[in-house]
Amino acid sequence: MALTRRLMLSLSFKLSLGFVLSLSFMLCMGLLLPTLSLAASEIREFSDPVTEQRYRDLTATLRCPKCENQAIGDSESPIAGDMRERVYAQLQDGRSDKEIIDFMVERFGDYVLYNPRLEGRTLLLWGLPAALVLIGLLVVTLIVRARRHASARDLSAEERARLDALINRERTE
Amino acid sequence: MTRRLLLLLPLVGFLVLGIFLYLGLSINRFERDSALMAREFPTFELATLEDPERVVDESLLEGEVTLVNVWGEWCPTCKQEMPQLLDLAERGVRLVGVDYKDTRDKGRDFLGTYGNPFEVNIFDPEGTLGFDLGVYGAPETFLVDRDGIIRYHHTGYIRPVDVRETILPEVEKWR
Repeated sequence: MALTRRLMLSLSFKLSLGFVLSLSFMLCMGLLLPTLSLAASEIREFSDPVTEQRYRDLTATLRCPKCENQAIGDSESPIAGDMRERVYAQLQDGRSDKEIIDFMVERFGDYVLYNPRLEGRTLLLWGLPAALVLIGLLVVTLIVRARRHASARDLSAEERARLDALINRERTE
Repeated sequence: MTRRLLLLLPLVGFLVLGIFLYLGLSINRFERDSALMAREFPTFELATLEDPERVVDESLLEGEVTLVNVWGEWCPTCKQEMPQLLDLAERGVRLVGVDYKDTRDKGRDFLGTYGNPFEVNIFDPEGTLGFDLGVYGAPETFLVDRDGIIRYHHTGYIRPVDVRETILPEVEKWR
C-alpha cells in the first residue's frame, strides 16, 4: 500500500514536471518561431535602420489571411504582397506600429495577428499557460511538502525499540 | 481514495487540452467571419467597369438589400460561380459586382462570355476597395442591407445549394 502510494506520488510528480517542462518548451517555441521567418521578397529602401527593423517585425508578426500559417513577410500570395505594400507605405507616413496593426485587423480580423491582443476574449489564451505553470508549481510544492512531512514522522514504539536494540548491539560489539 | 483520484488530474487536464487542440485542427479557416460584419460598407470612389466616366461611391448600395460579389477574369472559380449569380439575379436579388485586380477589356470579355447578373460593376484595378473589404481572394460575396451595413459574408465558391440554403434566406432576412 505504502509502496503503491509512493509510486503513484512519484509518477504524478514526474507527470506534472513533464507537463510543466513541455509547456515551457511550447511557449519558448511560440516566442522564437516568428523571428525565424525570412525577409520579404521586395527590395525596400528605408531612411533609418529603426524603421527597417519595424518593417521586418511587422511583416513577421502579421499573418497572411489567405495562407494556412505564414507571415505576410514569408508569403508569395498576392494579398500578402498588398499588405506588405501597405505596411511600407504607412511606415513612410510615420504611422505607429499599433495604428498599422489596427488598420489590418479592421479589415482582415484577428486572424492576421500572430500575437493576439490581451482582451476579454483572449484572457483564456493568455491566462491558461500561466495558470497551468502556477498549478504545476503548486502541485510540485504540495508533493515535496507531503514527502518532507512523511520523513519527519515520529517513530512508533516498536520502531524505537528496534533502533535502540541496533544501537546497543553496536555498542556491545 | 479521493487522493488517488486527484492523481489522475494531470491526465484529465492533458486529455481536455488534447481534445481542444484536436478540434482546432478541423476549423475551416475560410469560414471565419469577415471583420466587417455588422459594419458599414467601406467608403470608396471608383469608376464603373461599363462606363469609365461614371464614378460611384458607397451610396450606390443604400436603399435596397444588395449582394456585392468580388470577381475577376483571372479567377477560375468566379466562372463556375456565374450560373448561381445569374440564378440569384433572376430571383430578383440586386447584385453589384466588384471587378477586382482586372483590366477593363478582360473584365468586359468575362461578362460577355459568362453572362452579366450585375446591375453595375465597380472597377477596382488596384484592389483598393477589395483591400478595405478584407478580400484575400476571389470570389467573395457580401450582403449589404438597405442602410449600407454588411450583414453576411461568403468566402469562396457559392454552390447551387448555398443559393437555396444560405444566400436566399439571408437576403429575405434583411429585406
